[in-house]
Amino acid sequence: MTWEIVIGLEVHTQLSTNTKIFSGASTAFGAEPNTQADAVSIALPGVLPVLNKGAVERAIKFGLATGAHIAPRSVFARKNYFYPDLPKGYQISQFDLPVVGNGQLIILVPASGTRQAYEKAVRITRAHLEEDAGKSMHGDFHGMTGIDLNRAGTPLLEIVSEPDMRSAAEAVAYAKALHTLVRWIGICDGNMQEGSFRCDANVSVRRPGEPLGTRREIKNLNSFRFLEQAINYEAQWQIGTLENGGAIHQATVLFDPDKGETRMMRSKEDAHDYRYFPDPDLLPLDISDEWKEQVRTTLPELPQAKQARYVSELGLSIYDAGVLTASCEMADFFETTLAALSPNPSPASGRGEQSAKICANWLIGEVSAQLNRDNLDMAQCPITPQQLGGMIRRIADGTISNSGAKEVFRAMWTEGGDADAIIEAKGLKQVSDSGAIEALVDEIIAANADKVAEYRSGKDKLFGFFVGLAMKASKGKANPAQLNEVLKRKLSG
Amino acid sequence: MFLANADVRKVARLARLAMSEAEIETARAQLSGIFALIAEMQAVDTRGIAPMSHAQDVSQRLREDAVTETNQRELFQSLAPQYKGSPQVEAGLYLVPQVIE
Amino acid sequence: MINASLKQISAHLAAKKISSVELTQLYLDRIAAFNSRLNAYITVNPEMSLAQAREADFRIAAGKAEALTGIPIAQKDIFCAKGWRTTCGSKMLENFISPYDAHVIGQFNNAGAVNLGKTNMDEFAMGSSNETSYFGAVKNPWDRNAVPGGSSGGSACAVATRLCAAATGTDTGGSIRQPAALCGISGLKPTYGVCSRYGMIAFASSLDQAGPMAHSAEDLALLLNVMAGFDERDSTSLQREKEDYARDLTKPLNGLRIGLPKEFFAEGLSNDVAQAVEAAIAEYKKLGASVVEISLPNSRLSVPVYYVLAPAEASSNLSRFDGVRYGHRAPDYTDLADMYEKSRAQGFGAEVKRRIMIGTYVLSHGYYDAYYLQAQKIRRLIAQDFTEAFRQCDIIMGPTSPSTAFKLGEKGDDPVQMYLSDIYTIAVNLAGLPGMSIPCGFGAANNGNPGMPVGLQIIGNYFDEARMLNAAHQYQLATDWHNRVPQGL
Repeated sequence: MTWEIVIGLEVHTQLSTNTKIFSGASTAFGAEPNTQADAVSIALPGVLPVLNKGAVERAIKFGLATGAHIAPRSVFARKNYFYPDLPKGYQISQFDLPVVGNGQLIILVPASGTRQAYEKAVRITRAHLEEDAGKSMHGDFHGMTGIDLNRAGTPLLEIVSEPDMRSAAEAVAYAKALHTLVRWIGICDGNMQEGSFRCDANVSVRRPGEPLGTRREIKNLNSFRFLEQAINYEAQWQIGTLENGGAIHQATVLFDPDKGETRMMRSKEDAHDYRYFPDPDLLPLDISDEWKEQVRTTLPELPQAKQARYVSELGLSIYDAGVLTASCEMADFFETTLAALSPNPSPASGRGEQSAKICANWLIGEVSAQLNRDNLDMAQCPITPQQLGGMIRRIADGTISNSGAKEVFRAMWTEGGDADAIIEAKGLKQVSDSGAIEALVDEIIAANADKVAEYRSGKDKLFGFFVGLAMKASKGKANPAQLNEVLKRKLSG
Repeated sequence: MFLANADVRKVARLARLAMSEAEIETARAQLSGIFALIAEMQAVDTRGIAPMSHAQDVSQRLREDAVTETNQRELFQSLAPQYKGSPQVEAGLYLVPQVIE
Repeated sequence: MINASLKQISAHLAAKKISSVELTQLYLDRIAAFNSRLNAYITVNPEMSLAQAREADFRIAAGKAEALTGIPIAQKDIFCAKGWRTTCGSKMLENFISPYDAHVIGQFNNAGAVNLGKTNMDEFAMGSSNETSYFGAVKNPWDRNAVPGGSSGGSACAVATRLCAAATGTDTGGSIRQPAALCGISGLKPTYGVCSRYGMIAFASSLDQAGPMAHSAEDLALLLNVMAGFDERDSTSLQREKEDYARDLTKPLNGLRIGLPKEFFAEGLSNDVAQAVEAAIAEYKKLGASVVEISLPNSRLSVPVYYVLAPAEASSNLSRFDGVRYGHRAPDYTDLADMYEKSRAQGFGAEVKRRIMIGTYVLSHGYYDAYYLQAQKIRRLIAQDFTEAFRQCDIIMGPTSPSTAFKLGEKGDDPVQMYLSDIYTIAVNLAGLPGMSIPCGFGAANNGNPGMPVGLQIIGNYFDEARMLNAAHQYQLATDWHNRVPQGL
C-alpha cells in the first residue's frame, strides 16, 4: 500500500521597505549590531507602533498578484511569548483578520531530467503582515547568547498555503514560484542567504483517500535544496514510524543540513498558548477600493500571464515559457533580446516564432549553462541582450553557422564585443555565394569521379563524405543548408 | 469559578513570574475573589453585540516609508542591566543566558 | 505666590515681580521642607529644573513667553523625560534614566514650562491608594493617616500642598479623578486620543489617557492647551483642529442640562459624599442649570469589565520588562527562564503581579471568549448607555468616589474592596469619554478625624472638555472649595 505525502508551506518574506513595519528605523542588511535598533525596536517603555504604508502596499500587491481577497478591514493582534529576540514579549502580527486571504498560485512542476512539466494550482489560505524578530548570536560570549535587534521589526508577509502539495518536488516548485513572484512584483529581494525568504513546511502522511494525518512543522528552511531534503527525510521518517506501529505527534522540528535529519525543537514548550488579542496600540487597517486600484496600476505583467502569452503568441512550449518566466531578470533578458532582434516584432508571423524559439534555446541552453558554470546569476551575465540578439540575427540571416555561433558566443562571454566585430575578426562569415559554392562542388565532383559513381549507383551514405570534403575545402565557412542543396542537385547528375 | 493551585502555577509560568508555594496559595485565594467579582459579567446576554476594542471608530494612520531614526546604540545600551557588576552588553550585543533552540 | 493661579503667576513672571528661577527655587525649597512628610515626589533634580528655569527667564526677557513659560510643573513619574529617572513607581525601573521625552513632556518643554520633579504613583499606575508604589505610599495632606488616592496620588498631593504650581496625571480607570477628589483638587481626564500616549509608560493602552491636575478649572484649561494635540507617533492620537480649552470658561450656565445617573446615587455611596454632591447640584441649579435623572444601566458592570480588559492589556504591555535591555535583572539566576522569572518576580510588586496573572489567565487558551471578548462586548453596552444619556443632557454629574479618603492600609489585604473604589470613574474610561473631578466640600468629621475632601465628577460627551471646564469654572467662581488648603504646610 502506498502513502501520500501532504505538504503545506508557510513562507516568511521580508518586505523590501526602507524602514521597519512600525518605526522609522532602517532595515538595511548587514549593519553593525543594534545600530538600527531604535527605541521602538528595543521596546523602550512608552514607545508606540505606527504602521508603515510601504509594507501595506506590498501586501496589497501580493494579494492582487495572487487573485486574492484583500480585506477592506484587517486587524493587528499581539502574539505573546517570551524570547530574548522578541523585545516587547509579544510579536505584532495578524490573527483572525489578515490583510490577504484566498489566493492562488499556478505552479509548474518539472518532471525530473526532462524538458517537460505539469501545471498545478496551489491555494493560498492567507497572507498576513507581521514583524520579524531579532537575531540570537551563539558566539563566544562566555557561554552567553548575544542579541542583535537590528532585524527586530522588519516587515514580514507570512504567506500560508493550503496543504495542497503532494511531493517535495511540488513543494519546491511552489516555493520557487512564490520566490519568483515576490521578486517579480518587487515586494521582497528574495535573498535567501540573508533570510529574506524563509520557509516552514508542514508535513504529514496518509493513505490515499484517508483524512489528513498529524503534521509536524519543519522550521526555517533557507534553501530550496534543504526544503526538498527536509521534506523527503521527514516524510520517510513519518512513514517509517507509522509502518512500525508508532504514532505521529504534532511537533515543531528543525532540519540539520549536516546530518540531513529533522529533530525536535527544545524551546517551544508553551508555544501553544500565545494569548492572541487585538493590539490596542493599533487601529483597524482599512484598505479602500481606490487604494487597491491605484496599487494595481503599478503591477507589472505577472509571470503566469507572461508564460501564457509566450505559449500563445510566440509558440513556445509550456516548459520553455516556464523557464523563461522563472525570474524577472530572465524574462526581461528574453524580451530585450527578442526586441533587439526584430525592432518591429510581429508575433503572429512564423518568423517571429522562429526567432523566439532560437532566443529561447540560447537562453535556456548555452546562456544558462554558462551562468551555472561561472556561478553567476542573470543580473551578472557578461553578455547583454543586445549582443545576444546581434548574434542571433547573424544566425538567422545565414552569416554564421551554428558552430560559428558557438565560437562567437564564447568570444562574447570571455572577451566581450559585438557579434559582427567578432565574426569579422575571426573570419567566421560563412560562404553563401551560390556561385562560389557551385564552383567548389564542381571541383570535388571532378576530383572524385569514382566516389561519385558509387554514390550514383545507390550508396547514399557517401553524401556525408562529400559534405565533409566541401566543408573542409571552404574552411568550414560554407552555408550548410546551401551546400547540401547544391551537392544533392549536382550529385544526382 | 474555581481556581486550583495548579492553574495559578501554570499562569505564573506563562507570565514568567517566579512564585513560591506560599505565594501561589495567597494568589489563588485573591484571584478567586477577583474572579468572583468578574463572574457577574458572564451572565449578560451579549448576542449580536460587536466587541469594542477602541474608544473611537477610527482607522489606522499610515507612516511614509522613510528613515527617521539614527543610531543611538551607545545611549540605549547605557541602560543595560548589570550582572555581577558588569553591564550585560558586549560587541554591541545584549547578553542573555544561553538560548537553546 | 503659591496660592496664585497659573494666569496670575504668568503675569508676575511677565512683570518681573519674580523670575522663573526664584519661583522654581521656592517650590524646590518647599519640596525639601515637606516632601519627607508626604512622599509626593520620587525624584527631584534641582540642577535640571533650574536650568530649565534659566532658559525660561531668557525667553520671558526676550518677550517670547507663552502661557506656561517659566511655571514649575510636577510630572507624574509615568512620563518618560529625557535625562530624568523615570521609575513608574516600580523597582523594575528604579535606575532607569529615560533616553527620550514623552510627547506630553515635549509639549511642556516647548511651552517653556519647568519640570519640577517626578511624582509618586501606584506601581505602573495600578492602584487606587498609592500604596502599591515601590517608593512608599503618598500621604493624604488633609490627614496623613489616610490615602491620597491613586494612581496619580503624588501629583494630587503635590498640587494640594502647593509643592508645585500644577501637575500631570494619567487616568486608566480614575487615576486622575479619584486622587483629585481625595486630595481636594481639580483634575481632568480628556477624551481618549486627545493627549498623545507616546512616552507614557503603558498600563492599559486602550484606556490610558494623560491629563492635568491643578487648583482650578481655569488652570486645567491652560494646562490642557499645552498637553493636547495630535502626535504622529501614537496611532491612537486623534487628528483634530487645535482648540482653546479656555474659550468657554466665562459662559453663563443658563440652560445647561445636567444628567444625574441614578446608579451613581444608589447603595454604596456614603452619606457625607452624597450630601456634598447634592449641595453642589443645588448650586448648579442656582447658576441656571437644570437637572434630569438619567440611567446608565450597565455601569454596574464596569468594574468586572475593567478588571478583565485592563489586566489583559497590562499583562502584555509589561512583558517588555524582562531584564534584558533595561530595568531590573535578578542578581542571581541559573538559566534564561530563571532569569526572566526572578527578574520579573523581584522587579514587580504584589499588585502588578496580581494584575499580570489576571490578564494572562483571561487571555489564555480556552478562556478568551468567556472573558476578554465578553468584556469587550459589554464595554460597547456601557459606551452605548452614555450615548443614550447624552440625548437627554449636556453633561453628567455625580460623585467621583463612593467615599472620602480611607485610611492607609485599610483595604490593603482585599483587592476586591480596593477595586470597587473606582466604581464611578471606570465607565468613563471604557467609553473613552472626558471626565473630571472638582472639589465640592468635605465629608463628616468623626472620632477626631477631620472631614476629608469630596470630589464632584463631571462627565462630558466626546470632545466636550471646553464645556466641562466652563461648568467647573462657573461653579468655582461661585464657591471656594477649590481654594481650601490643608493645614500645617
